[in-house]
Amino acid sequence: MHLDHTHDEAAAVSADAHRPDGTRRALRIGLGGPVGSGKTATVAALCRLLRDEMSLAVVTNDIYTREDAEFLLREAVLPPERITAVETGACPHTAIRDDISANLEAVEDLEDEVGPLDLVLVESGGDNLTATFSRGLVDAQIFVIDVAGGDDIPRKGGPGVTTADLLVVNKTDLAPYVGSDLARMAADAKAQRAELPVVFQSLRSEEHVSAVARWVREQHAAWAGAAAK
Amino acid sequence: MSRAALLVLADGRLPAGGHAHSGGAEAAVKAGRITGARSLEDFCRGRLHTTGAVSAALAGAAALGVDPVALDEAADARTPSAALRTAARKLGRQLLRAARVAWPSPELDALAARFPKGAHQPVVLGTAARAAGLDAEDAAHCTAYENVSGPATAVVRLLSLDPFEATAVLARLAPDMDTVARQAAEAARRAWDEGTDTLPAASAPLLEVGAEGHAGWDVRLFAS
Ligand SMILES: Nc1nc2c(ncn2[C@@H]2O[C@H](COP(=O)(O)OP(=O)(O)OP(=O)(O)O)[C@@H](O)[C@H]2O)c(=O)[nH]1
Ligand SMILES: [Mg+2]
Repeated sequence: MHLDHTHDEAAAVSADAHRPDGTRRALRIGLGGPVGSGKTATVAALCRLLRDEMSLAVVTNDIYTREDAEFLLREAVLPPERITAVETGACPHTAIRDDISANLEAVEDLEDEVGPLDLVLVESGGDNLTATFSRGLVDAQIFVIDVAGGDDIPRKGGPGVTTADLLVVNKTDLAPYVGSDLARMAADAKAQRAELPVVFQSLRSEEHVSAVARWVREQHAAWAGAAAK
Repeated sequence: MSRAALLVLADGRLPAGGHAHSGGAEAAVKAGRITGARSLEDFCRGRLHTTGAVSAALAGAAALGVDPVALDEAADARTPSAALRTAARKLGRQLLRAARVAWPSPELDALAARFPKGAHQPVVLGTAARAAGLDAEDAAHCTAYENVSGPATAVVRLLSLDPFEATAVLARLAPDMDTVARQAAEAARRAWDEGTDTLPAASAPLLEVGAEGHAGWDVRLFAS
């Protein structure tokens, strides 16, 4: 542990880029968004695509079950020791923002037990449009919404839509059936987010999760590059 | 002592994991033992005078500087349920993380080095109180309050209980909390003089049994 920490390094207990032994820790990316928008499906797809190129682990935050962790285990996207479920006590946003201690412990235990890791994905329990991850827990965050949840969500904004490092609009295959206007969603998202990136994806399509995976690779390259300096 | 530091330590918003635990209330609600404000009060009073008294004494002793390793063993011996021992260590580890940032101290660092997966929460709380310049009775007060405020908050969520009613329950229990804290501080001083075997060992078997059952549920809102 940080036996020699001084006052300035107090943040070392959570957000420090280094582990207690001095090595650089894994990049941590959070995935948040409303219930059922496709967070777990995106995590599963990312794991399948990236697991051969980097060392991965996942933390799920289920609200009252272990369903998300069990889905990932059943789908065998990663070996079981690389998937941890955190219990959130009826308040998913608290566990990723106001009191991140349980999630930090889960991430650190994964690094201790199956590390070294390149990337840890932290999936929040499905929540409302204001739920964002603390910078003490993750280095970057993805907010996942879907076209079936209403095409006015990008216009409504809120911290998730406006400030997430990547906005994913999922289930574009369903747009014709629910009457969602993708062009309008794109324009609204652009208005809310200026230069911040937006990806429209359908996990039922050929492209699948590839655009998000590309973004994750870029994030990891930047993280690893910063380490080399 | 700093009265304000005590408020910081006792604040329910302290990011130390408490929000995910119901202190046995979820199991008691499911079993039909808590159905409203009155039965919540009975539950809290029982908890306060049993596990609450033990936890408060442990915290008080840690605040005095009694060896935390001996206190952690004493806590283990007083917690028959394995599920509750696990929960107490988890919460201890989370509190230690928060405390080390809030009140950096060599004693907290040493505790983290000795118990990387967590010491019992009241032992950590007492050590944190010490680092914050608080005394044994402060630590005991804080622990007594947490012991009942945790279940009360959880029941607001579990039963949609009127939050004003839940707060009134806590207010009515205040004199009991004061008594428990005072007695715990005395017990802590005795442990300092005569060793940890003199610490109280009151228990609430239904809480222990309930916790074991709860840990096996497939669907639950709280971790304990
Ligand atoms: N048609 C379609 N369905 C999708 C797509 N992505 C996910 N789904 C389905 O949407 C449902 C919910 O997906 P999940 O990944 O479980 O959603 P989640 O955001 O993790 O949900 P919570 O964790 O419960 O908040 C599942 O039945 C998925 O198979 C998509 O691109 N198109
Ligand atoms: Mg999910």
